[in-house]
Amino acid sequence: MAIKSKIRELQEKREKLQMGGGEQAIEKQKALGKRTARERIMALLDDESFNEYDLFVEHDARDFDMDKKSLPSDGVLIGTGTIYGAPVAIFAQDFTVAGGSLGLMHSRKITKIMDHALKMRMPLIGINDSGGARIQEGVNSLAGYGEIFFRNTISSGVIPQISVILGPCAGGAVYSPALTDFVFVVDNISKMFITGPEVIKTVLGEEISMEDLGGARVHSEVTGNAHFFASSEEECFEQIKKLITFIPWNNGQKARAFEPGEPLKEFDINKIVPDDPTLPYDVKDVIRAIVDKSDFFEIMDHYAKNIVIGFGRMGGKTTGFVANQPLEMAGVLDVDSSDKAARFIRYCDAFNIPLITLVDLPGYMPGVDQEHAGVIRHGAKVLYAYSEATVPKLTVILRKAYGGGYIAMSSRHLRADFVFAWPAAEIAVMGPEGAANIIFRKEIMSSDDPDGTRKQKIEEYKQKFANPYVAASRGYVDAVIEPSETRKFLLHSLSISENKSIQLPEKKHGLPPF
Amino acid sequence: MKNKEKLGVLNIDTTLYKTRISRKFEERIAYKAADPKYILSFIPGTVLDILVSAGQKVTKGDELMILDAMKMQNQLKCAVDGKVKSIPVKKGDKVSKGTVLLILE
Repeated sequence: MAIKSKIRELQEKREKLQMGGGEQAIEKQKALGKRTARERIMALLDDESFNEYDLFVEHDARDFDMDKKSLPSDGVLIGTGTIYGAPVAIFAQDFTVAGGSLGLMHSRKITKIMDHALKMRMPLIGINDSGGARIQEGVNSLAGYGEIFFRNTISSGVIPQISVILGPCAGGAVYSPALTDFVFVVDNISKMFITGPEVIKTVLGEEISMEDLGGARVHSEVTGNAHFFASSEEECFEQIKKLITFIPWNNGQKARAFEPGEPLKEFDINKIVPDDPTLPYDVKDVIRAIVDKSDFFEIMDHYAKNIVIGFGRMGGKTTGFVANQPLEMAGVLDVDSSDKAARFIRYCDAFNIPLITLVDLPGYMPGVDQEHAGVIRHGAKVLYAYSEATVPKLTVILRKAYGGGYIAMSSRHLRADFVFAWPAAEIAVMGPEGAANIIFRKEIMSSDDPDGTRKQKIEEYKQKFANPYVAASRGYVDAVIEPSETRKFLLHSLSISENKSIQLPEKKHGLPPF
Repeated sequence: MKNKEKLGVLNIDTTLYKTRISRKFEERIAYKAADPKYILSFIPGTVLDILVSAGQKVTKGDELMILDAMKMQNQLKCAVDGKVKSIPVKKGDKVSKGTVLLILE
């Protein structure tokens, strides 16, 4: 029975290779609070769904005594599987094998699964846990990175690409996650930077810990490189699974529909927004008062909090939400929030996800730091992203919509399909105080009682212009609606937009103000 | 939103908004116009050589200092005519970006 012994031989080979870098290395990995590459894949994918490829791949480096070293699976696992039944291609770097370092065959495995994902039009998940380039393999290692970056770029907007940083991801390696759609990080485990603390100290004399330089918090709060922050690997995997339920498998499809459900009663849309436009509230409560089952899945919740982005479902179907957040920095648009919103709008557009925009903002942020940081260029991204988007675009003006901010936030002028305004909306060139000070400057200055005149003029301006009806009279607003009618109007608009079709002029690609 | 939370005030176009103020905004550095008498390091690096001394008259285009940064030896040249008042750094000093390297009278 030769076949039996052959099967036994295969089983033994598999078992050996599946141990990765061996018991000691695995113990070390666990001591850091990290799971092994294989455990991570098993935790993320549906039970029994992982099909592994290239388990037997080996490197063929010869220099620096590498020919005497065996690196199981060359330090990376690849395969396909499912998450809640959705197909995914996955790779996971194995830190227990040569520190997950990237050599030529390691990269060939990754590019192989990337090619599969693109060809089969299914999402790609990459789990990064690597010390970086395998120095012994020299330029081959660089070639490997380059070929990964190239595929990330070519696949961008065709299949969803998700990066999970579960260990170090340093030097050139950071650019693969940076080119993908969503980056997940875990507190105390993820470390991302171009140059590490040691190099920074030698070259610049600046001392900083790895965590403060490129830890999970830094990338979630400061740099905006990460989209999801978790305190454990387990929480991170739950976030990834939830995200997968909201997005389609590729750009030719729509996201799967789920059972619709009404918002929870505790989110009373009539009681969230204060009348006074200078008072704050949490716009996420408005979103929760609108979406199915009040289930709002926020993205980048620690970064540029003055704008809120994320997914929810309307009538069972995935919808992207963009909302100014009056609770944070009065909900202004600035460099960071423009960047955050624009990228999300383009994501939704690329993957056929309709957009609902909730507007309540005083405008763009003034200040030298903003101007010098390029608020013109970054702010323009929002205009570009909304103008270019051909998915259904629905806008609800909750309260104030002033100046350039009004135009940028999915206004009629950027071809929003439906624009609704609540009765207390103020659609105007600027806030009443600022406008009255300019328009009635002479009267105020020459008055015996300048403060009294100013107050009177502000009131006059408010009466005349701080409302939705001037804009509605021009057709810039399609309907002024009661807050309680919002969900009804949105559901109807979405249902009649299912077959929206727009042809943009043919071009190679646009030139967004990156 | 917690009811008892203390909120800040943000002035946009003379309207005062009650809101949370971000750390980034609070920690921003107020703008100060550049003073041409102060020559600052435009990049972090090491002072490789100082070619002038305090009290020396300099003319536009004179080489003042060599700053080694990012594997390059950068020549710092004088942008105006003047006289060196003081040089707060010495040869071999590691300097961060924005360090005062030389002051003109």
